Amino acid sequence: MSATARSRRTRTLTRIGALTAVAALAVGCTSNTPAEESNGGGDDGGTTAVSANDDPGETVTIGFSGPEADHGWLAAINSAAREEADKYEDIEFDIAEGTNDPSAQIAHIESFISKGVDAIVLLPTDGAALTEAATEAMQAGIPVVNVDREFSNEFAARVTILGDNYGMGVSAGTYACQLVEENDLGDAVIAEIAGIDSLPLTQDRSQGFEDALSECGQDVDRRVAAEFTVESGEAAASNLLQAANEIDIIWNHDDDQGVGVKAAFENADRDEFFFIGGAGSANAMRWIEAGEMEATVLYPPTQAADGVRLARLLAQDKGLSDLVQVEVPRRIVLNAPVVTADNVEQYMPLGFES
Amino acid sequence: MSLQASAVESGGQPGPGEDVPEKKGSSGGGFRSRATDLLSGSAGRNLGLVIALLLLCLIGLITAGDRFANVDNMMTVLRLASVIGVVSVGMTFVITGGGIDLSVGAIVALASVWATTLATQTMATDVHWILMVTTALAVGAGCGLVNGLLIAYGRMAAFIVTLAMLAAARGLAELIADKKTQVVTVGPFLDFFRGSLLGVPRLVIIFALVAVAGWILLNRTAYGRRTLAVGGNPEAARLAGINVKRHQTSLYVLLGVACGIAAVMLMARTTAGTSTHGTLYELDAIAAVVIGGTLLSGGRGTIVGTVFGVLIFTTLTNVFTLNNLDTSTQAVAKGAIIVIAVLLQQRVAARSTPG
Repeated sequence: MSATARSRRTRTLTRIGALTAVAALAVGCTSNTPAEESNGGGDDGGTTAVSANDDPGETVTIGFSGPEADHGWLAAINSAAREEADKYEDIEFDIAEGTNDPSAQIAHIESFISKGVDAIVLLPTDGAALTEAATEAMQAGIPVVNVDREFSNEFAARVTILGDNYGMGVSAGTYACQLVEENDLGDAVIAEIAGIDSLPLTQDRSQGFEDALSECGQDVDRRVAAEFTVESGEAAASNLLQAANEIDIIWNHDDDQGVGVKAAFENADRDEFFFIGGAGSANAMRWIEAGEMEATVLYPPTQAADGVRLARLLAQDKGLSDLVQVEVPRRIVLNAPVVTADNVEQYMPLGFES
Repeated sequence: MSLQASAVESGGQPGPGEDVPEKKGSSGGGFRSRATDLLSGSAGRNLGLVIALLLLCLIGLITAGDRFANVDNMMTVLRLASVIGVVSVGMTFVITGGGIDLSVGAIVALASVWATTLATQTMATDVHWILMVTTALAVGAGCGLVNGLLIAYGRMAAFIVTLAMLAAARGLAELIADKKTQVVTVGPFLDFFRGSLLGVPRLVIIFALVAVAGWILLNRTAYGRRTLAVGGNPEAARLAGINVKRHQTSLYVLLGVACGIAAVMLMARTTAGTSTHGTLYELDAIAAVVIGGTLLSGGRGTIVGTVFGVLIFTTLTNVFTLNNLDTSTQAVAKGAIIVIAVLLQQRVAARSTPG
């Protein structure tokens, strides 16, 4: 269930609720029947009536463990998860201190097992390192929801929910191809500013970008790697601009480092290229609105929040209401849409402050 | 006297301006004793670094041609070197004085965050952007003072104290900024620090001023001599009447102020203050200082060497990027070049030392 769809539905429902309330008021003046419908609809449109799934059920304890929020996207992941848990009165949320140390995270899982939580949502610092601990939890009968970074073993998670890093690259590359065609750029000079190069997610993004570009006969002419920080983004982009006098398209993997990348453009007084971002921070969305950036490719920061919802359904033995299948699916891969000036308004609520 | 003047004149690169004329003098022959003197002095110690940097530039010139050898690119390299350069100059003092500081990156982050909070920026908009600068400098000096007091008067190991500061300052920065990137919106601040003077970016000019001031302070003042004495043999320095504890404390404050300056420069360069600023500066600064020829055990220090150390690292990354090398290859080459630079420097220094 994507957050956009949810918010749109919330809006519609609120509107319907408000209308019902007005109608009920009008009726209320003339009749004595209590206006039942208005209670649920008027107060908090979205949380009721979509399906029985959102109705309070038995109270379940959900353990959550994620990496240290040292990065805007991760901070957004954590806070979205916490907010989602707060929305449900039947969730007892046990959130472990964020850490970048796999062994500390293993300790979190072990303590969740001994506490006997009903479900675990885990965004591992390192998928492979946490596989063993997650398998233990599964064997102890606790369903594990694996978020964003995958375990190395199928049996370690009941549900895996992933952003699509390869898909991000593909979306960015496809959009670049579209720009080349629309603007008749011929053999375009395309540059890529990656994140931390040793991470599989960076390699996936780059691979997707390369594959999509080759579909339209283009390739990456210049590639630099930064470190997901503002400062490294500025340094990498400054050097990159010196390496080529004319660039047509730049794809920057991460909008957080994008603040620095954009500063480098200003420092060098260069803007001859189309600037495409990645992740979808609120800053990037504002730049797109202001026409200072061409587009950004979304990597939703709501995965852990979705993980919390799924964990709740699992613990309460419910399925996904929008599917016919009665069980929660094993694997959910989120889409990586391109946000441009045309649809930025729609995606703005998803943009995370970084 | 002439050394000082030439260092001042050469601005952005006090190093070459200082070394090149001396090199000519020595190869011209004649004044043998003078040449030996100079070679055993700062020029001799830095000759290896000059050669390493020249080699690097040569590689850049051959592989990237005009893209490397143009004013724009040179200024980019210098601009990127300037922030870590200011920190490294400060670090030279602490290491020369027999200490170490692992918290520089964290202090830069904290200062940048504190100086870009909504409250500070609102005040800066209402009054003057100089408030952001003073905030950053005060935060830097404050952290340095805490480091210095704990080390000198609390008798704790510098390694431990500054390791604690590394954790605490970055943590505090995250708390203040709520782990978000605080974009600088004070226009005049950005205009001033991102501008340039006679074609030279102001950041580079600030770096040059800091380097020159550092050079004078270390080589031409009683403060510098005391630093060398305290680093070389603290007990002897104490017997000679130097207030060792107070001096040690002042060294950390000095470095703290340098971190504050670096934070201001970084805020201008990236248009933001964040808790991720200055990541791994401790390693970069210590590496630049040590490659430059400052003894890690204290008692000997060279600002010119440090500046060269910083320039070698920054030029390296630039040449790599111009050649579109991937990060793994860069890492291997970086390791190799560090070893080559130090080997070169030791060889040349050993040969030029008389006796």
